[in-house]
Amino acid sequence: MKKHLLIGLSAAALLAASPLASAHRMWIKPTTTVVSGENEWISFDGAIANGIFTPDHYAMPLDLLTATSPSGKTVQLQHQQRLKYRSVFDLELTEKGTYKVASASNTLMARWTDDNGERHMWPGRGKTGTLEEFKQQVPANADVAQTSRKIEVFVTAGAPTDSVLKNTGEGLEMVAHTHPNDAYTGEDITFGFTIDGEKAVGASVVVVKEGEKYRDNNDDMKLTTDEQGNITLNVDEPGMYWLEAEYEDSKAKAPASKRMGTYITTIEVLPL
Amino acid sequence: MTLKKTMFAGLGISFLSAFSTIASADEVKITLPQLNVAEYHAPYVAVWLADSRKKRVEDIAVWYDVDMKDDEGEKWLKDLRLWWRRSGRTLDMPVDGVSGATRRPGEYTIDLHNSLSAQPAGDYILYVEAARELGGREVLEIPISLPVTTPLSQTANGENELESIELTLEPK
Repeated sequence: MKKHLLIGLSAAALLAASPLASAHRMWIKPTTTVVSGENEWISFDGAIANGIFTPDHYAMPLDLLTATSPSGKTVQLQHQQRLKYRSVFDLELTEKGTYKVASASNTLMARWTDDNGERHMWPGRGKTGTLEEFKQQVPANADVAQTSRKIEVFVTAGAPTDSVLKNTGEGLEMVAHTHPNDAYTGEDITFGFTIDGEKAVGASVVVVKEGEKYRDNNDDMKLTTDEQGNITLNVDEPGMYWLEAEYEDSKAKAPASKRMGTYITTIEVLPL
Repeated sequence: MTLKKTMFAGLGISFLSAFSTIASADEVKITLPQLNVAEYHAPYVAVWLADSRKKRVEDIAVWYDVDMKDDEGEKWLKDLRLWWRRSGRTLDMPVDGVSGATRRPGEYTIDLHNSLSAQPAGDYILYVEAARELGGREVLEIPISLPVTTPLSQTANGENELESIELTLEPK
């Protein structure tokens, strides 16, 4: 539990960073997902915004992101720059295989109303909490949720590999039945979801194609995970797709009564 | 130099077609179009044989900027999108006997004898894919049934990056 709270530091910071976290959408968009050659670079944008891949609100804090190489090494995010509405960085791909850029958190969040009718939340906006503080500050009648958030994107040099796709068994995670860098138009793309390592049945998933700005209707694809925790997509148009999965149930460990998870990724669907 | 090469290739073709009855010609002729564009880069071209399930059986030729320093030419191999997925991404380029320099517009003939004679009987697809820097991409394919029992000549015409491919097979 203590570990969760400590990991939770980053989640709280990330949430606090966005004044309207629930109304905005977080995304990391690589310029491309597949490269060939000996030493390639891929550039990334990251933002918390109204628009999918249109940075219009808040630049993503980059200190929470970690990049992992196919062999498991931590890779530096190079040329980091936090601009007004988006953050940018580059990754140098010196190994062959699939890399991951990710941020994950698992924390407790509490809300309650005091005797004067005032509403409170813990940890406070912009604050991070410890287990000690939780015990001291959060009253017993508070509505406590165990909240996991994960955002990750994958890029590949050469052929896709699976080493960075392994799950941790904590929070809401994606099980890549289709490799995220091997998605093509006209072929089934199947992803599963797990919550704390178990199948996340009934999670709601929304998939939005890039170019939302230029469409009258957002044309979101809304899906729900089946009994196996899976969704299957089959898209006609190549492009970058933003995917967000949300899951909630009441199987939380005390002191939480709710278990909530959010998972976000970006999938490039290629044409053949 | 380039011009000379093209002319030799051209001569080769006419020779073969003139004497096609005696040549045991298992070959594919690839014609790269003359394009009227401001900045022309010779296309990357991949030629490969696939089985009826479109899985790569053998890479026959990959023309790219093999001589660039630090293997920089390999950066653009992924633009041969179909070949890259079916084969290229798992290869360690360059591959002897497969990798070759890019070609300028003209006709080129590739001998398929060794590629085809090694295959068991069955249905195959010959793919030719071209992708050009600052240009487009095109894939042409011709189905092949092995073994060949009657002389066969089949052509597929392209619209932009490939003018045509012409497959000629002779029974053994």
